[in-house]
Amino acid sequence: MIAEIGLAALWLAAALAVLQLLGGVLALRGGTTSDIAALTRPAAILQGGLVAVSFAALLYVFAITDLSVKLVAMNSHTLKPLIFKLSGAWGNHEGSMLLWVTVMALAGALIAGIERRLPEKTMQATLAAQGFVALGFYAFLLLSSNPFERLAQPAAEGLGLNPLLQDIGLALHPPTLYFGYVGLSVAFSFAVGALVTKQVTPAFARAMRPWILGAWVFLTLGITAGSYWAYYELGWGGYWFWDPVENASLMPWLAATALLHSASVLASRDALRVWTIMLGVVAFSMSMLGTFLVRSGILTSVHAFAVDPERGSFILFLLALYIGGALLLFALRAGAISEGERFSVASREGALVVNNVMLSAILAVVLLGTLYPLLTEAFDVRVSVGPPYFNPVGAVFTFPMLAVMAVGPLLRWRKDGFGRITKELALVGAVLLSGPILFALLFGMAILPLLGLSFAIALAVASFLPLKGRKLRRVPVETWGMVIAHFGIAVALFGMASESAFSTEKLAALEEGGTTQVGPWSVQLQKVEPVAGPNWTALAGRMTATYRDGEPVEIAPQSRNFWAPPQQTTESVLVTRWNGQLYAVMGSDANDGRWQLRLWWKPFVTLIWYGGLLIALGGVLALVGRVQKDLKRRYVTRRAAERRVDMENG
Amino acid sequence: MKAFFILLATIVAFPLAAQDGAPPAPFAYRQLDNPAQEAAAQELMETLRCLKCQSQSIADSDAAMAGDMRHQVRIRIAAGDSPDEVRDWLIERYGDYVSYEPVMSATTWPLFAIPVLLVLVAGLLFARRFRRRA
Amino acid sequence: MSWRLWLPFMVFFGFLGLAAYQLSQPKDDEIRSAMVGKELPYFTLPPASLDLPGVDSRYFADGKPKLLNIWASWCLPCIAEAPQLEQLKEEGAEIVGVAIRDKPTDVMRFLSQHGNPYTRIGRDDLSEVQLGIGSSGVPETFVIDGNGIITYQHIGDIRPENVPVLLEELRKAGQ
Repeated sequence: MIAEIGLAALWLAAALAVLQLLGGVLALRGGTTSDIAALTRPAAILQGGLVAVSFAALLYVFAITDLSVKLVAMNSHTLKPLIFKLSGAWGNHEGSMLLWVTVMALAGALIAGIERRLPEKTMQATLAAQGFVALGFYAFLLLSSNPFERLAQPAAEGLGLNPLLQDIGLALHPPTLYFGYVGLSVAFSFAVGALVTKQVTPAFARAMRPWILGAWVFLTLGITAGSYWAYYELGWGGYWFWDPVENASLMPWLAATALLHSASVLASRDALRVWTIMLGVVAFSMSMLGTFLVRSGILTSVHAFAVDPERGSFILFLLALYIGGALLLFALRAGAISEGERFSVASREGALVVNNVMLSAILAVVLLGTLYPLLTEAFDVRVSVGPPYFNPVGAVFTFPMLAVMAVGPLLRWRKDGFGRITKELALVGAVLLSGPILFALLFGMAILPLLGLSFAIALAVASFLPLKGRKLRRVPVETWGMVIAHFGIAVALFGMASESAFSTEKLAALEEGGTTQVGPWSVQLQKVEPVAGPNWTALAGRMTATYRDGEPVEIAPQSRNFWAPPQQTTESVLVTRWNGQLYAVMGSDANDGRWQLRLWWKPFVTLIWYGGLLIALGGVLALVGRVQKDLKRRYVTRRAAERRVDMENG
Repeated sequence: MKAFFILLATIVAFPLAAQDGAPPAPFAYRQLDNPAQEAAAQELMETLRCLKCQSQSIADSDAAMAGDMRHQVRIRIAAGDSPDEVRDWLIERYGDYVSYEPVMSATTWPLFAIPVLLVLVAGLLFARRFRRRA
Repeated sequence: MSWRLWLPFMVFFGFLGLAAYQLSQPKDDEIRSAMVGKELPYFTLPPASLDLPGVDSRYFADGKPKLLNIWASWCLPCIAEAPQLEQLKEEGAEIVGVAIRDKPTDVMRFLSQHGNPYTRIGRDDLSEVQLGIGSSGVPETFVIDGNGIITYQHIGDIRPENVPVLLEELRKAGQ
């Protein structure tokens, strides 16, 4: 019964999306005062409620493990802990698509409910675009991926008990990325709305900005968490592999970062109008592209999970419809939108433009490298594009961008000269130059880590310079946000460069009682003993790890064998100190009474993810600051309007 | 994006699902005694593709075949081969696919040309825009 | 209206075309050996079972084309292709096996359960021969002509429909 309610709510929501689309379109043709136009907003709001009901129904059938629902039978199990039963609801294709439309419909309801800054025509066009995008996903769900499908015979027991997927990180990671993708879809709808009415104004940028910021925060968190998961779970100490699926999550982030900055220029200075619209379209297309690449299996290997070409076709069709349509509109309309305010090269806008171009170039490199094998395979040539391509080619654009990032926030809007900030420039330059000399003298490092460390330190210093000479308590929240996010980039970069430059690896074969050294650590293998879990057995290596002359730490990494499905995993152990991590992995029997161990000492590696968290925190602060300001502005306008009415009356 | 994890999870799990009886090759999990040679081998292994797992380097994989490839790389380096000779030996057998190291060739030049082109176009647009204003 | 505004649209449609084409193609994940057409590299392998001799690369240069089957007792598709190997043997093909990362006891149990189509089986504990001839998985089957030149590679298990293809390749290699 509950499943049927969920399905019915979904159909109704789809019908309301049609109404929302029609209402918006008719409003544009007939004027915003018609009766139909009055329906657009309520349709969006009611739709949000219905989809929420539908998603709640899905959560319910998973919570009670209703095995007559096919999706539950395929992906859940009565013995799972409740939290993993619930996360199982979105841990599969159908459920994740429902989660996607749920977040999307709630976002739609929110803008329909509260966004009143923009001209009503632009809003109607935006809501129509939002309805159109949502409709595609409803069609996808209802026609080809119904999450509420019943089985003729209820299953005796569910199939989904894959131990590898029962991980709290796994439960929370996908929603994080979906929130990001959906935020970008809202930005996309705003961009389409503004294109339709050709009203690309600072108010439009301000309406769009919270959504971009929110999306950006979630994407940052999603990528950071995913990278840490890969780092501790894969057992080889790597945190980023430039795998197509990883790139699929990085590309929307790059586009959103560029969009965030260009929307700032548009909001403050009424410049970069066309470019902001373009980025709004690009950012969402990168989300869609990522979804397509992952779910169609077009780039992954045979050894990956079962992928479905039919789903791939459907997503490709949606991609063609949304992005093709938006780009067509762009080609037809963008010519009629003027460029906006002019500015000189040496200005805040100038720096932001350079930053935007560099980010777009990095995005282009990642996109090209990811899709290139697809291109050559069409000609029956197989090539591999991996870290040795992405790292240096990406760096060519990243380092100039970092340099601009250090200087840009010091410049004034519109027109400035570098002469005004010579002292700051000299400071940043001195740090930047002294770094390479120092590191080269001390360690004799490779070029990329060397540049990375120098730029990280220079940027860390530079990121706080905008606060110089200001009363810290009077600095606006969003400026703090910028400072912290930029500082976070420096911190993460330092972690990456340090990991690459200073990591030491030790593969050792030890007898019980044997000792080995890795960096400043000495590790002694005490005893290897069998351990059993609910569905696995493992060999645990009890070890004591000692940092220089410090206190020994007891660790016990495991090599685990799961029974069903038969899989072997490594449970690595991380010992975190303020200056880095010891990474220990238990290997197999060396067949001569010794045991294989893999050990790494990775100085400052944790900074990579702390940096990611700082970036996200900066985004949150910027969001809080912006929303506060918007609310204040709205209050002031309303007061002014009331006063005017009072005066007219009085 | 759960797929990201499932993919990663399968990469970890798959090679081991096909259990074979033999112990790992001697140099699959053992470093060379000469640190300079080990560093060269490590650097090389990070740029060679694991043929079984398909989206990881042999330096990051538990697949038995990746272990055997590491063994080959290490003994060849220890025997005095240069990293490029070892890479060429593998490319001779598996084609460019086995190497992540981008070589400029008839099939890969657009990978380098397109970014350069993009920067030129961007530079040109800048120059025009800011000149026009001034 | 500027042509430049159409650029993103055109690039996007280029991508769509490519993606649609690749989606419609059957996914080809095979990594072909670049050694086809080249001479078998030198190797000597000890026997993988107690009953059959090991394999030496010079053995292939005796004028008669042969099949070189890369397999293992722990590999499930190898069980599936066993009847086809048997059939190839009955049709007169000589099949030389290379057992990858295997133990003699397992090899002999496999042969007693699924039949023995091989004249020789070499034991390749370090995948040296496999890497040497550019094979990237088990099972794979290579056609080697009488001069020790690799002329054909079959990837994956041999299905009934592949048997005539392999016989034809053997015949061509014998000319």
